[in-house]
Amino acid sequence: MSSSSLSTVRDAVAGGGGSTAAASRDSAGLSPAAYRLGVIAAVALLALAPLVVQSFTVTLLNYIGVYSLAALGLVLLTGIGGMVSFGQAAFVGVAAYATAWLTTRHAASPWLGLAFALVVTGLLALVLGALTLRLKGHFLSLGTLAWGLSISFLFGTVEGLGNFNGISQIPPVSLGPVLLAGTVPMFYLIWSVVALSLLLAANLLRSRMGRAMRVLRGGNILAESLGIDAFRIRLALFVIAALLAALSGWLEAHLSRYVSPTPYGAGPGIEYLMMAIIGGSGTLFGAVVGAAVIALLKNAVQDWFPVLFPGAPGQLQVVAFATLFILFLQRSRDGLVPALARFLPTVRRSVPPPAAPLARRAQPTRGEVLLSVDGVQRRFGGLVAVNGVSFDVRAGEIVALIGPNGAGKSTMFNLLTGALKVNRGRVIFAGEEISSLPQRAIARAGIARTFQHLKLRPHMTLLDNVLLGAHPRLEAGLVAGALTLRRDEEARARAEAMRLLERVGLGDRPFERAGNLPLGNQRVLEIARALAADPALLVLDEPAAGLRRQEKTALADLLRSLRAENLTVLLVEHDMEFVMGLCDRIVVMDFGSKIAEGRPEAIRNDARVQEAYLGGVV
Amino acid sequence: MDLDIATLLMVDGITTGAVYVLLAIGMVLIFTVTRVIFVPFGDIAVYAALTLSALEAKHAPGTAALVAAVAAVATLMEVTSLLRHGKARAVPRALAFYLALPLAVSGTVWAASGTDWPMPVRIALAIVAVLPLAPLLDRIVFRPVADASVLLLMIIAVALHFALAGIGLLCFGAEGVRTQPLTEAALTFGDVLVSGQTALIVVAAASFSLLLFLFFNHTLTGKALHATAVNRLGARLVAIRPERAGTIAYLIGSLLAAISGVLIAPVTTIFYDSGFLLGLFAFVGAIIGGLTNYPGTALGALLVGLLGSYASFFSSSFKEVIVFAALVPVLLWRSIATTHSEEEIEE
Amino acid sequence: MPLLEIERLEVSYGRIRAVQGVSLTVEAGQIATVIGPNGAGKTSMLSAVMGLCPARGRVAYDGMDLRDMDVEERVERGLCLVPERRELFGEMSVADNLLLGSFPRRPARAVIDRGLEEVFARFPRLKERRTQRADTLSGGERQMLALGRALMSKPRLLMLDEPSLGLAPIVVREIFVIIAALREAGVSILLVEQNARAALQTADVGFVLETGELVSQGPAAALLDDPRLIATYLGGAEPLPIPVRSKSSTHSIVDMS
Repeated sequence: MSSSSLSTVRDAVAGGGGSTAAASRDSAGLSPAAYRLGVIAAVALLALAPLVVQSFTVTLLNYIGVYSLAALGLVLLTGIGGMVSFGQAAFVGVAAYATAWLTTRHAASPWLGLAFALVVTGLLALVLGALTLRLKGHFLSLGTLAWGLSISFLFGTVEGLGNFNGISQIPPVSLGPVLLAGTVPMFYLIWSVVALSLLLAANLLRSRMGRAMRVLRGGNILAESLGIDAFRIRLALFVIAALLAALSGWLEAHLSRYVSPTPYGAGPGIEYLMMAIIGGSGTLFGAVVGAAVIALLKNAVQDWFPVLFPGAPGQLQVVAFATLFILFLQRSRDGLVPALARFLPTVRRSVPPPAAPLARRAQPTRGEVLLSVDGVQRRFGGLVAVNGVSFDVRAGEIVALIGPNGAGKSTMFNLLTGALKVNRGRVIFAGEEISSLPQRAIARAGIARTFQHLKLRPHMTLLDNVLLGAHPRLEAGLVAGALTLRRDEEARARAEAMRLLERVGLGDRPFERAGNLPLGNQRVLEIARALAADPALLVLDEPAAGLRRQEKTALADLLRSLRAENLTVLLVEHDMEFVMGLCDRIVVMDFGSKIAEGRPEAIRNDARVQEAYLGGVV
Repeated sequence: MDLDIATLLMVDGITTGAVYVLLAIGMVLIFTVTRVIFVPFGDIAVYAALTLSALEAKHAPGTAALVAAVAAVATLMEVTSLLRHGKARAVPRALAFYLALPLAVSGTVWAASGTDWPMPVRIALAIVAVLPLAPLLDRIVFRPVADASVLLLMIIAVALHFALAGIGLLCFGAEGVRTQPLTEAALTFGDVLVSGQTALIVVAAASFSLLLFLFFNHTLTGKALHATAVNRLGARLVAIRPERAGTIAYLIGSLLAAISGVLIAPVTTIFYDSGFLLGLFAFVGAIIGGLTNYPGTALGALLVGLLGSYASFFSSSFKEVIVFAALVPVLLWRSIATTHSEEEIEE
Repeated sequence: MPLLEIERLEVSYGRIRAVQGVSLTVEAGQIATVIGPNGAGKTSMLSAVMGLCPARGRVAYDGMDLRDMDVEERVERGLCLVPERRELFGEMSVADNLLLGSFPRRPARAVIDRGLEEVFARFPRLKERRTQRADTLSGGERQMLALGRALMSKPRLLMLDEPSLGLAPIVVREIFVIIAALREAGVSILLVEQNARAALQTADVGFVLETGELVSQGPAAALLDDPRLIATYLGGAEPLPIPVRSKSSTHSIVDMS
């Protein structure tokens, strides 16, 4: 989710406050002050609700709040992180049973129950996540279905948990001397937790770790190339989602004062998923909207079904419900909030002000060997894609690796950046052997790359895309992100990203979405992102592919100016014309072997290069 | 546990395992050809069992009306879509396929329901009655989102299961049924007594697996189906229509499901909602086989049958917990063993 | 009447415009080649002709507008694509791959067998490997299998996307000899290649695509002598960097009429 949709989400929270401004949404958007006023108004409205509406409605609102928390976890896990879990209900159940067991069997305080529920659920998520999060795609989801079912069957079979009867007479929560029994006090407790969770989650998503989470859907290779440990980020997201489920379970247990196995089985597991998807699984506020829609829909089906279809059995309600859900998925896969957000004003954002620069790494001295490829070989089955290739790249030069399609250039590229492992030979970077390092360690060592098939995050802003590159240079962790503790670091990073955008010529629209740019601009945006890592070596994969002549000239100028600042560039290219005018040296590969190396003029006149690269039948 | 009990449990495990084999092979077939993890597959088996039971009781099975209703919706969607794309000439064929054929099936079953047919006819009727369901549901539910991710298709499939279970209750009622035994014969192997029913299940599973193997290896249609599963784009480039291949996969899959439903109904009490667990158990077997490989799938399904059988001896209430928990290490092993190509989850 | 007529073809992926207003024709019995650098839109153009991606503009094959025709129907009418990635059925045997090539016509067994013999006569290496799985073949053999599978459908227009990609020079030569032989057998060919010299030496007419636009076209022999093309794609004579030519001047080199 981009921060623009985040702010519209927060406008959606504002409700009435937003709609007045909707008329003038052609202007630059809502000012931050007006937006803050809107949020306050919405919170005030919500706080007054129990005084106005009937107690039945308050009960409904309470359950909407409880469900939104679990759905919020799924929005983070599924919408942001791309991991679809059917097991969220099981986590809600574990927490509900944990607090129920502790407060009834051991007469502990519900607050102790909360701590216990969070710890048990968090630990369980940590173990399950460590075991299953390396699974890909639908295998991961199947895994969640499996352990979700296992856990829900356990509730009904473990003797100490009351079997199918569950546990009743759970004590209410008390706040000091005040007993939070009854609908209205619980309303305030529940919605305070929901509001706080939304706030922290929104902060987190805008922080360094949040950006890393939003990268996950772009695939492991992208995340790792940015120096991000994708598995750890996944695990963190998974535990956060489970903790939100735990909050939901704890509240539910003390709201209904009774737990039983049914609400935590496979059916409810998919119901939470429905909430996240219907609300819009990429938007935080979608969790609340989705929970509300499902709760109200269930309520409406229960109320209206007997009226519309008198005599029809109650089970048809499930059918109607499932049918509606299928129809919804067929018609609108993005959910309600993104569809509604189009009609809401956005919050005006200001360009990041200048700030102290981030610390830079010590660059190598011009002319010394920075990268040394030594007899590198890579096989795929019987095919030798790269066969004993050696060459050096010196600091401050632009070197091109060229060759016809299928020559092994891309394989070589992947070997240098760690996306593939070498079978034989060594790659030495700045005096350290990097051939056996994981991709993210190579990225952190100072090799930044771009992709031939661009890997930008299309829904994130240009600024956020560039900020991704700075991930290894920043320190803010999860807690710092959620509580906005590192504002200074963030401001410096944003200022640096802004400078880089200006440098590559995209400084006029930092809040545009990356996906809206034409191809040429997307290529330089990737270069800006790579520069944000403060690399010693920039490796570009076919940077000129698909560019127009003027764009190629501009790109060459940019690369020359980077060389003037002592940055080293290695590019893998197909376009001879582009390479000839730009590079200091050229390495030519054909059939996995190096066939020539030298200055551009020498390469152009080399007979073997002409034969291999330019082809010919006769 | 002594040896006798162990043998008994083994026979029991192989029997249920054999039923899972049929189901799991059908699921793998449907998944590889259509990319849909067809969660409601167990419901199709249950529908066949409940239809058979209704025919035994000389009631009109709810399946007949259901097939007619689903056929009407599918026809409406297909014809509208054809007209919208300027393909009016394809409408008669669509009417025949989506309306006339299913109506003929449901009409036959409905008309036959009052009469006391011999058992083989009843069984054939029950199997035929459920065959049109999955292909029609494919047209209604999955084809409008054919380009969606495997995950979205799976979520839709789970929702479809809930709808089918609800409809099952409406059509067949909440009572559990057990159909008449297919045979009263019993065989003995050494000290072990094996009921004819058990033998029949194992033989049926084995012979249908063999038939499927022959179909895939010796017919152009079978090879076209296999080709669609291996490479969708490649298949389209030799004019194999993936939708049509999907329909055939659903038909064959439904046949396997219906047969397993008919086989299991005399030994286990079947409820309207038994399909979910039945399907999931078979599915665990399919996943053990990697969701793409038939011999592995058959082996996995047998393993699940055995595991369930031994697990229920130790603690009947923990059977499900044990089987599903066993899936986690299997998935883990698969993800380590197979080198995945980078699977992007791009939106 | 030309066999294939493309008029003002446009293909876009989101904001990226891969093909922009390309018009070209392929006459029956010809080999036409489209050359150009990576990312020029060559593959997108073939996908659009095949109906694999949404496109604007008009594509007519044998006088028929292809707009409402799905991919499979185009194949059944003799339009056949061998894509860059070959798209073979990897875990099936060579013989099964070829057999499925005849699926568009669903002919009698005897016709299939005759077709198989023809393909085996053209590619003896495939006959040796007929029981082997397709994914165990070498790159050149895969390309031969892809060509063989296409020929089993008796195509009228064969579209080849980078048939020389990743092949050793000796194999490239072999493939181009086969392509030339196919024209003699009456198959019209639309050949997309980066190996510009080989493509132009084999083809009758050539088209040059850059960033989605047609920048030059003409008889293949004339394009082989075009100085700008020599500098950009064919290597050699001209000193670099090349002065930027306006589009009109490149167009005027040779006219198709």
